Amino acid sequence: MKKTSTPVLPARGVAGNEPLLAVDNLHVEFATRQGAVKAVNGVSYALNPGETLAVLGESGSGKSVTAQAIMGILDMPPARIPRGEIRFKGTDLLRLPEDARSQIRGQRIAMIFQDALSALNPVFTVGSQIGEMFQVHRGTSRRDAHKKAIELMDRVRIPGARQRVNDYPHQFSGGMRQRIMIAMAIALDPEVLIADEPTTALDVTVQAQIMELLAELRRESDMGLILITHDLGVVADVADKIAVMYGGRIVENALVHDIYRAPAHPYAKGLLDSIPRVDQKGQELYAIKGMPPNLLDMPSGCSFHPRCPYRQDICVTEAPPLYEIGPTRNSACHYWREVLDGSHG
Amino acid sequence: MGRYIIRRLVQAIPVLLGATLLIYAIVFALPGDPVAALAGEKRLDPHIVDVLREQYHLNDPFLVQYWHYLTGLFRGDFGDTFAGVPVTDIMAGKFQVTINLAATALVMEAVIGAGLGLYAALRHGKAQDSMILGATLVLISVPTLVTGFMLQLLLGVKLKQAGIDLFPVAGVAEGLRSYLLPGFVLAGASIAYLTRLTRTSLMETLRADYIRTAVAKGLPRRRVVGRHALRNALIPLITFLGADLGTLMGGAVITEAIFNLPGIGQQLFTSVYLREQPVVVGIVTVLVLVYILANMVVDLLYAVLDPRIRYE
Repeated sequence: MKKTSTPVLPARGVAGNEPLLAVDNLHVEFATRQGAVKAVNGVSYALNPGETLAVLGESGSGKSVTAQAIMGILDMPPARIPRGEIRFKGTDLLRLPEDARSQIRGQRIAMIFQDALSALNPVFTVGSQIGEMFQVHRGTSRRDAHKKAIELMDRVRIPGARQRVNDYPHQFSGGMRQRIMIAMAIALDPEVLIADEPTTALDVTVQAQIMELLAELRRESDMGLILITHDLGVVADVADKIAVMYGGRIVENALVHDIYRAPAHPYAKGLLDSIPRVDQKGQELYAIKGMPPNLLDMPSGCSFHPRCPYRQDICVTEAPPLYEIGPTRNSACHYWREVLDGSHG
Repeated sequence: MGRYIIRRLVQAIPVLLGATLLIYAIVFALPGDPVAALAGEKRLDPHIVDVLREQYHLNDPFLVQYWHYLTGLFRGDFGDTFAGVPVTDIMAGKFQVTINLAATALVMEAVIGAGLGLYAALRHGKAQDSMILGATLVLISVPTLVTGFMLQLLLGVKLKQAGIDLFPVAGVAEGLRSYLLPGFVLAGASIAYLTRLTRTSLMETLRADYIRTAVAKGLPRRRVVGRHALRNALIPLITFLGADLGTLMGGAVITEAIFNLPGIGQQLFTSVYLREQPVVVGIVTVLVLVYILANMVVDLLYAVLDPRIRYE
């Protein structure tokens, strides 16, 4: 057996020809009384600097679990990662010891969460929660951390940052709270930012502002952004590429304009068709039939087959591989050609 | 905040009046004659009895008696016993003992209970956790009467016979040391409850979204637990400790008896027996006051610990 040396932390800056972040054949299971729940089954995706990857899928599709595995914030046990790699500039994070991992967490790969009210600690001021990043990771004095917190609140455009830095999370509106989460996440200029449904809990107008802010921060700093969402409408303007997840697998990988023009997987097509459109006002909204799969008892073959309008006999017996259908595109459907043609027509 | 405190104090007045009236009525309704009880087996000269009854307003109707007592109370006069000793004199010494005992118990409860609970929460599901849970169950199930005599025998008597004089067997002659053993016995069940409460509260807090955020910020575990979780987990403990202070002060009759501590528990027992209305009502009034103040301090501490709570 080959001797394995401890991998070293990659330096900041350009990283050769490795992608910034690469998830490779990742598997995550949760031990439960009923047996192992396979939440993530061989997910792969890659992210380059300055790029926005949208990970799309319904609840239970494994999109958040994958993100938490990247962050290293899964509770293990009950979670377990039996296979796969998560390479950050070529270094497999899963093989790093915990102390090296904690050098990356929050500082170089940061994350923001869905509900900013419950994700912020209610008993500390927002200024101290933002400033904490500098105090803990940079050894900054309390006073300087306070100044940095005000600067960051300015940067995410919270009005009156200087007056509001000593307020508590419950004193802010939902949109402002999400801005505080973002300020905290970008405090130490991370190279990767993972946003887990950052706008789901917000009003539509505020959603647009937050997405705009994220897109702007990404442009300014050249960081890679992973945007996890179940809302296709959010994705179109900001994402470069999309990974659609279903039942713990990626079912379609594509550039954003390709998938909007013509999806190559029935599930992706279903998602697109279920966006309400102004020109179809008055008609019944499209919905994908059936229920998301039970992770304890996955359907045989293709896990989407019980809900799929393109289903043939082979779909029940044989799980489709992730077919390469273009230079930047994959689909896990035996009948991707038909889906693609159907989409055009 | 100042207005809030004043309002709370004003609200305390009817509570205090109600409590004194109730206790006064209960002692009044007890069968037997206090003057006769004073004399014990002997028969008193009817003339002396008349003088005493007149002096203590015992011939007046109930409400008049209560009125006499109440007006005295507002002048800071808790009245005299039938033996002619001011009630305040009796209470002062007894309360000192009980306060020492309750304070010792409360500190032990807070330190041991919160400490064990914290440890159990961080080790939950492991052997140490199960052991602590088992120990608390024993502590809750065994009555004070048993733990009291057992610890007195083991740590007071046997240990001394073995040459280690650490805990006095009884009495209050040795300062703080005298209170260690009775303090622990009194706090026993409360320690167990607080351990369980701390464990549950901390485990629940550790599942909160903001703890996940703190972990995702790359903070060291001791900061996640010690700062982000602990501050939130403390809030329910404060309620329990505050409410328990009243129980510890008023409910020490058995502990005081086992360890022969001259506190208000023993005094209350004797005074009820002798129908000494002024003493009984005086002690209870002070206890009610302690209870009200403790609850107020708890509510104020809430606002300190949780900025979402504001009093106007």
